[in-house]
Amino acid sequence: MAKKLNKKKMGSGILTAVFSLLSLIWVSPILIVLMNSFKKSGGISLFPFEFPNAETFNQFNNYINGITHGNYPFYMSMFYSLIITVLSVALILLCTSMAAWYINRVDSWFCKMVYYLCIFSMVVPFQMVMFTLSKTANMLYLNNPVTISIIYLGFGAGLAVFMFSGFVKSIPMDIEEAATIDGCNTLQTFFLVDAPVMKSTYISVGILEIMWVWNDYLLPYLVLDRTKYMTIPIHIQFLQGSYGRVDYGATMALIMLCLIPIVTIYVICQKHIIKGVLSGAVKG
Amino acid sequence: MKKENRKKHNTSAIANKNQRRAVQKYAPIFLFPTFAAFCIGFVWPFLQGIYLSFFRFKTLRNIKFTGIDNYIAAFKDQQFFKSFLFTVVFTAVSVILINVIAFVIAFALTKDIKGSTVFRTVFFMPNLIGGIVLGYIWKIILDGVIYRFAETTLELNSTYGFWGLIILMCWQQVGYMMIIYIAGLQSIPSTYMEAARIDGANGFQLLRHITLPCVMPSITICTFLTLTNSFKLFDQNLALTKGNPAHETEMLALNIYKSFYESTTNMGVGQAKAVIFFVLVVIISLTQLYFTRSKEVQE
Repeated sequence: MAKKLNKKKMGSGILTAVFSLLSLIWVSPILIVLMNSFKKSGGISLFPFEFPNAETFNQFNNYINGITHGNYPFYMSMFYSLIITVLSVALILLCTSMAAWYINRVDSWFCKMVYYLCIFSMVVPFQMVMFTLSKTANMLYLNNPVTISIIYLGFGAGLAVFMFSGFVKSIPMDIEEAATIDGCNTLQTFFLVDAPVMKSTYISVGILEIMWVWNDYLLPYLVLDRTKYMTIPIHIQFLQGSYGRVDYGATMALIMLCLIPIVTIYVICQKHIIKGVLSGAVKG
Repeated sequence: MKKENRKKHNTSAIANKNQRRAVQKYAPIFLFPTFAAFCIGFVWPFLQGIYLSFFRFKTLRNIKFTGIDNYIAAFKDQQFFKSFLFTVVFTAVSVILINVIAFVIAFALTKDIKGSTVFRTVFFMPNLIGGIVLGYIWKIILDGVIYRFAETTLELNSTYGFWGLIILMCWQQVGYMMIIYIAGLQSIPSTYMEAARIDGANGFQLLRHITLPCVMPSITICTFLTLTNSFKLFDQNLALTKGNPAHETEMLALNIYKSFYESTTNMGVGQAKAVIFFVLVVIISLTQLYFTRSKEVQE
């Protein structure tokens, strides 16, 4: 018995070692980028896997170059990415939660139709509406970082309405009736009674939508007026595509700048993030 | 599951007519903003997309009805067919690899390992990084390796391009699927295992007859998630290989994109391809629905 236990312990020890190694391999791409972001461009293309030495070490110059230089400074892209994400996600959360509540409480034929249309929209690939959506957006002047949130609300409504509906169904009607008797009107009932109950769904949907909007490339690329506004993914793609000579050092630094906020936020609230991301998985 | 939902759905509407009327007055505030945006962002572009697939056009000012010519052109397009084949092969390989790796890792992590939460956190992380950034991280690394050993790059050799895409997809998706599998594995009642062990089942038999059947729902979910993700892949494809060399690593989504924005004559073909793509995705989703439903009947 003791021997068996010992063997088990050893097995688990080996597994731990294997997984430590595997984890290291898993994060190594990011570490390599981090390492190279401190090297001069020549050092990167010649020796991408070596630590920066005295000759190739470039201090923070890559970061400074990447952020400020070029026809379009990177901090502008970060700023627009942030604005688009915050506005779009706020709008999506507010509007779709209200719509989902209304759809479930009123339940008329029209509401049902909207609900099934929303579910249908989750299946449609973006390429299907890519061209026509960008034309519509241009026509209606929805092509700047503030108004693009309306496009995001429209195209992202499906999943959000679906997820909120799932939760609204489980809210007991009694608490709403109690609020009505206490003299709340419909708006007050929703914001004072239902919204606080839906907090966890707000977090889950919020995380899903933040990840989508923050990382989205094609939609803002096609919709936004590219000469004036760029987001981080567009900027990174632009660095690679159109410049005659790619400044590898600056690119690495910029990739690192994209990763730092993501990784920081992930480490701080990973429980919510994993839960939120998973709740979106079980759709349909 | 579904039936229960439906029952709840009926009770989630307000029964009292007068009360419902009172709520309905608020429709302009509650429903209208989402509905209007939904029409602008989805319904109208979708319908217009189907409509335009029957026209020959370069700009929206000048469209000419051509019937199903665009569809014929799309089906005759050799490159479109090649992209379809490439997408199918890529999807098959990535679905199998991702699910096997994710399952093995999940299986090992549910045994008691020290620091298993740390490992989970690490494996899940790449999922949060967007496709474009992810693509460039791997492009830089893989090009560095390949150039040193084979003196070529991802954009010059389609075999490396293909496996580069696979590696990238695995890196991104394994963590996600692993979490789903872990949830599935942890929901297996330990009494099943104990009973089987008392009956003298060995490790392999436990896996084959208890674990696998019990996590079947997770396997279905993960298979379809990876299937649709791989099938619709765009950002990663654009960032890693751009479809090079000579369109050999071009997947369907990228092919459609190029038929739109790199075409100088007729964008209608691109729109027709997009409709075909949409139909393919719907078929996959319906199959998924069928599989998840038929599971429920068994239970």
